[in-house]
Amino acid sequence: MKQLLTGNEAAAEAAILAGCRYYYGYPITPQNELINYMSVRMPQVGGTFIQAESEIAAISMVHGSAAAGGRSMTSSSSPGISLKQEGISYLAGSELPCVIINIQRGGPGLGDISASQADYFQAVKGGGHGDYHTIVLAPSSVQEMADLVYDAFDMSDNYRNPVMILGDAQIGQLMEPVEFYKKQKNNLPAKNWSLTGAQGRKRNIIKSFYPVKGELEEFNAHLQKKYKMIEEHEIRYEAINIHEADIILVAYGTSARICKEVVKKSQQFKFKVGMVRPITLWPFPKEIIRRISEKVQCILTVEMSAGQMVEDVRLAVESRCPVHFYGRTGGGVPTSLEVIRKIVEIVPDNKVANTLLKLAEVK
Amino acid sequence: MQTIIYEKPKTLTDTPTHFCPGCGHGIVLRLIAEIIDTWGIRSKTIGLAPVGCAVLAYNYLDIDMCEAAHGRPPAVATGIKRVHPDHVVFTYQGDGDLAAIGTAEIIHAANRGENITFIFVNNAVYGMTSGQMAPTTMLGQKTATTPSGRDVINYGNPIRICELLAVLDGSSYLERVSLSSPENIRKTKKALEKGFKTQIEKRGFSLIEILSPCPIYWRMDANESMKYIDEDMTRTFPLGVVKDWEHKN
Amino acid sequence: MTEKIILAGFGGQGMMLLGKLLAQAAMVSGKFVTYFPSYGTEVRGGTAVYHLIISSEEIFSPLIEEADTLIVMNQPSYQKFKGILKADGLLVLNSSLIKLKNHSDVRIQKVPATEIANKLGNVLVSNIVMLGAYLITKKLFSANQILDQLKIILKGKRGDLFAINKQALESGIQAI
Repeated sequence: MKQLLTGNEAAAEAAILAGCRYYYGYPITPQNELINYMSVRMPQVGGTFIQAESEIAAISMVHGSAAAGGRSMTSSSSPGISLKQEGISYLAGSELPCVIINIQRGGPGLGDISASQADYFQAVKGGGHGDYHTIVLAPSSVQEMADLVYDAFDMSDNYRNPVMILGDAQIGQLMEPVEFYKKQKNNLPAKNWSLTGAQGRKRNIIKSFYPVKGELEEFNAHLQKKYKMIEEHEIRYEAINIHEADIILVAYGTSARICKEVVKKSQQFKFKVGMVRPITLWPFPKEIIRRISEKVQCILTVEMSAGQMVEDVRLAVESRCPVHFYGRTGGGVPTSLEVIRKIVEIVPDNKVANTLLKLAEVK
Repeated sequence: MQTIIYEKPKTLTDTPTHFCPGCGHGIVLRLIAEIIDTWGIRSKTIGLAPVGCAVLAYNYLDIDMCEAAHGRPPAVATGIKRVHPDHVVFTYQGDGDLAAIGTAEIIHAANRGENITFIFVNNAVYGMTSGQMAPTTMLGQKTATTPSGRDVINYGNPIRICELLAVLDGSSYLERVSLSSPENIRKTKKALEKGFKTQIEKRGFSLIEILSPCPIYWRMDANESMKYIDEDMTRTFPLGVVKDWEHKN
Repeated sequence: MTEKIILAGFGGQGMMLLGKLLAQAAMVSGKFVTYFPSYGTEVRGGTAVYHLIISSEEIFSPLIEEADTLIVMNQPSYQKFKGILKADGLLVLNSSLIKLKNHSDVRIQKVPATEIANKLGNVLVSNIVMLGAYLITKKLFSANQILDQLKIILKGKRGDLFAINKQALESGIQAI
C-alpha cells in the first residue's frame, strides 16, 4: 500500500522495517520529521530511542549499540554531521556497521535550512581523520530514500562499514507516495565479533588503536582491500540516453531530478542530452563516466554546491573531454531553464546552440 | 602442602602492563578482575576503555571490551547497555577523559540515570600526553602546562565530579576513595563492589572516583605520592560516600 | 495531464491539510504526485507555501516555477505569489481576507471562505471551504474522493471534526 510520506519519515520507517532497533539523534532542521517519527515508532517496536545531549553523544551511542551487535542509526543535517565526524572515523576504524543520514542544508557555518549538496566532499572523501571511506548513497526520490535505507543496513552489515545516506532538505521534506516492499537479506555474515559477553569463547575487543609499530599499517591494508572490494561490487548509477548523447549531464539527488527534466525536454531536438545519476557517491561510478567521456562532446556536472562532485567527474574523465560545471549555493536549487542556458553556453556548435536557445524557451 | 593465599585473578590476562612504576591503574584493574572472578560475571561483563593512560585496559582484562573516542565512554556504554540491559557494563576513565572532554557525556549519562558503573581514576594530571594540567589538577600543582602551578585566575578551580553529579536526580551511588594504603585499597574494592551491585540490582547510575598516584608526573617517588594523596589531594577531594541510594538523606 | 498548484496562507490556516487531501486523493487514483512544503523560520504566523504537483507522468522538480493554480488565503500570500501564476491560470482566493486589484488575465474564483467557515461555527475549516471551491472549478477529483482521504487523516480524532469538514467542503462547492 502506498503512503504519502516525507523523505525523512520514509527513511525512519524503512530503518525500522529493516530491523533497526537503536536510534540516537539530536534535533536539527531539516531532519526533524525523522527524529520525531523515531520517537513514536521505536517504542512501538520495542526499540531504543534516545534524544542525545549532542551529535557527538548520538554517534557514540550508535558506536556502542553497533559494537554490541544491534542495527543502529543516527541522522542529522550538515552542522550536526560535522560534529559526528569524530565518531564516524572511530566507527570506520573499528569496522562497525551503522547507518548515518545527512539531510544536507546550506553552509558553511550555521548556513541556512534550505536544500544544499555542499557536504559531498565531507561525505565521500572521509570527513573525519584517517584513510577511510563510508559508503555514500544518494536518493533522488522519497521511494528511493526508503529503498536505499534498507540496502544501507545490509551493506553496512555485509562490509562491517558505516553507510551514509546523503539527502538534502528537499528530499527530506518532500512528500511523495512510497511503498515499503524490500526484505532484509538473510545471508548476511553472523556478527560473531560483537560484544555479547565472553561466554564460551575468547573475549571480543572492538577498537581502532594499533600502537605497535607495523600493526596499523597492516590494518590499513586490510581496510583498503575491503574498500577495493566495495568498489568492485557496489557501484550503482542510473544512465539515461547515454548511447546517442552529444552531451552528458552528471548529477545526483535533487539536482538529478532537474537534469532529468532537461533530458526529457531535449528529446524533441537533434542535439541529444543524456545523463548519469550516481546513486553511490562512494564508490563513485567512474568507469561509466570514463567510457562516456570517449564518445561525447562534453560533460556538464550540475550540483547544489560551488563544485564538488565535478572534481570526481574530472578524475574519471582524465581530460578526454571538457567537463563543465553549473551550481547553485546557499539554498538555491537549479532550474531546468538555468541548466539549458548553461548547455547553450558550453556547446561548441553554434547551430546547435541556436536550436537549444529555442529549447530554452520551452516551458 | 602449599596453600594459595594470593594469586593473579583469572580475568587478568598474562600481558605485562605498560603502566609506569608506582602507577595506580594496575591496582584498580586488578580489583575489577578480582570482583569479576569472585562474582562469576566474566561472561556477562562488557567494559569500556578510555583514551589516556588506561587506553590499553582491554589488553589486561579478559572480558569483552570496547574502545571509545576521548571522553565518549558514557555514550558508547549507553549504546551497549541498551542492547544488553542485563549485562554488567562499566567504563574505565581518567580525569581528562571523564572530567574535561567528556563532561557532557558523563553529566547526561548521570542525568538519564543510566544503569551503568563508571570507574573514574583521578590522578590530577594528563599522564599519556606528558603531564599536562587535568581538570582535577589542584591549585598550586605544577604540570607541563601550569609550570608555575595552577592558579584560579588563569585556570579555574579543580572539578569535584562526585559533588557535581550528586545534584542530579539521576545519580544513585557516588563515592570517592583512594589507593594510598592497603586499607584504602580495600575500601576501594568495597566501593567498586557497591558500584557493580548498584547496577546488577538495577538501581541506576554509579560512579566511583579513585584518587590514584602518578609519581612520574607528580615528580615524586612512590612513597611521597601516597603521602601526597593523603595530605594534599584529599583536602581538595575529600574521601567518602557522596550519594548512596541505600542511605537517602 | 499535469496540474501545478501553489497553496499559500498564514501558518495555521490549514494549507498543509488542504494540499495533503489533494495529494492523497491523487496518490490513490494512481497519479504521480509531489508535495513540498516551504517553511519560513517562523513556527506560527509567517507565510506558509506548499508546492503541489499532480501528473499522469513522472514529476521531476517538485518546485513550481509557473503555477496552473494559485490558492491563496490572505493578502500577503496573494501579493507574494501572484507573479508565479501562468497567464491563463486559475486563481482561487479567500475574498474575506483579500482585496483584489486588477489581475485580469487569469480565471478568478472568489470565495468568502473565512465568512463561510465562521457561519459554520469554526473558522479553522476555511481551508476546506477553499478546497470545495477548487474541486468544483477544476473537477480533478470528486467530493467523495476527498472525503475518503479526510476520513483517513482524521482517523482517531474527534468524530465531529469530520462532519464540520464535510459541511465546509460542500459549502465551498456551493459557493461557486
